[in-house]
Amino acid sequence: MIDLFGYGAFFLSMALTYAIICLGLNVQWGQTGLFNVGVAGFVAIGAYASALLTTPDTPDRLGGFGLPIVAGWIGAALAAGIASFLVGALTVRLRADYLAIATFGVAVMVQLCLLNLQGLTGGPFGIGFIPRPFAATATNPALFAALNLALLLAVVAALYLGLERLLRSPWGRVLRAIREDETAARALGKNADRFRLQAFAIGGAIMGLAGAAQGHFIGFIAPENYQPMLTFQVWAMLIAGGSGNNRGAILGAIVVWGLWAFSAPAIAALFPPDQQARAAALRIVLIGVGLCAILLIRPRGLLGETRTVSRHLPKAKPKP
Amino acid sequence: MGQAIIEADGLVRTFGGARAVDGMSLALAPGEMVGLIGPNGAGKTTLFNLLAGTVRATAGTVRIAGTDVTREAPERRIARGVGRTFQIPRPFAEMTVLENVLTGAPSQSGERPLANFLRPGRVAAEERAALDRARGLLDFVTLSRLEDEPARVLSGGQRKLLELARVLMADPKAILLDEPAAGVNPTLLELVIDRIRTLNAEGRTVLLIEHNMDMVARLCSRVVVMAAGRRLAEGNPADVARDPAVIAAYLGDGA
Repeated sequence: MIDLFGYGAFFLSMALTYAIICLGLNVQWGQTGLFNVGVAGFVAIGAYASALLTTPDTPDRLGGFGLPIVAGWIGAALAAGIASFLVGALTVRLRADYLAIATFGVAVMVQLCLLNLQGLTGGPFGIGFIPRPFAATATNPALFAALNLALLLAVVAALYLGLERLLRSPWGRVLRAIREDETAARALGKNADRFRLQAFAIGGAIMGLAGAAQGHFIGFIAPENYQPMLTFQVWAMLIAGGSGNNRGAILGAIVVWGLWAFSAPAIAALFPPDQQARAAALRIVLIGVGLCAILLIRPRGLLGETRTVSRHLPKAKPKP
Repeated sequence: MGQAIIEADGLVRTFGGARAVDGMSLALAPGEMVGLIGPNGAGKTTLFNLLAGTVRATAGTVRIAGTDVTREAPERRIARGVGRTFQIPRPFAEMTVLENVLTGAPSQSGERPLANFLRPGRVAAEERAALDRARGLLDFVTLSRLEDEPARVLSGGQRKLLELARVLMADPKAILLDEPAAGVNPTLLELVIDRIRTLNAEGRTVLLIEHNMDMVARLCSRVVVMAAGRRLAEGNPADVARDPAVIAAYLGDGA
């Protein structure tokens, strides 16, 4: 029973860290139409920034600085936000496909830096002993798991509320207008580049925060965690859940992470041991097939984008 | 004539080898309503795009109320009091009619992400004012009952009206209207004419591209005729319509 609770809490906590990344991508893609295919890079920047700030002093590596976890998380969001701002300042004018190439390149570059800048990142072995929230309660695994889950729930809830407010604000409205027709938005006086850059930086900062949350939850990070596979998973989550809808982003993260997590024991049960390493590739196939199935049945994702006018409108009339 | 609100001087725009606008000058006095006519391909829409900043001039200058804005980005025009509509309407298709119009609200503080958290009262007050104004404008263009529909369901004529309401949110002193009557059915056309007349009566300067000569004659006291990127003729509608050069330009040189 305790084990089941422990596993449930672990599963949900991991899913929630993905939900945070998804919320970040939803600002960039769902709201603004920015085709960021370098998600993993921005998550990695956040994870490493927080790890450097919070781990104890380590020989052969810059830092750690032994700061409190909160400082690490704020630092992670800032670092990834600044990185996104700089990348965005160079690339945000690009059309969708070129932005995709550019951001993919950035993510590959980040990963190569993680591997090779050993004095900063610990190289291929990564960074271990990242302090975990509520470490003092670790002797009681159920309490420890519950507190971590509660913390992540609180972060997701706070982000959700904040992003919903933005989505229904004049800012969110301008983002959607730019996504729909940039020339018309410009003719109405909206500086499209500035709004895009803001959305890209805010989305990136949220991804960085997610990277930190994930790193501290697992306690260990390494470059191989931040491969294009991560970007693919997050995209699958957002599209499955419903691009443009913050609740969809969270739901998609839980559903796709569920598919991913439960496919491992399923493969172990279905395939003979000598074939299991090969069969593991089926997990990626499963996500792809699952995504296709969802899009066939619900083309706009599980929860499509809802029509938003203004949060200051007395009440929206129900749509038939 | 006092200082022109919009003044183009020697404007040239080339696309590859083609000179779409070839040395065009034009001045609009405050409160004036001017028709811009000419055969297809005369360069009317390119001239519009140059005035609106959507297209950069190859040569020449554009001034708004005396300030040189030739190199300024299109999004700065509306703050200077010049708004425009498009020949082919560009509604935000997936946004509601009301949301489309609200988007025209100029530089609200809620357009800054942080202000939504730091100054929620001010954002809300501005948004309420914008809502009132948007509803008033939707009423003005008779689209009120469609306010909750996505803009993509509107007919061509309704899209023209939506664009008009959207650009009026910023209360521009001058409006560039690119074929406001194209694709508009006869009933709606009377409404469009009436609304344009009202806008002009409110003191707004209007520059109108239009193929419907009857409409131009009813609305404008001055008509500028463009052909091959240049000014061919200018004057009151009746005189211009009789001008042999204008008739030749429309019907071809054989006429």
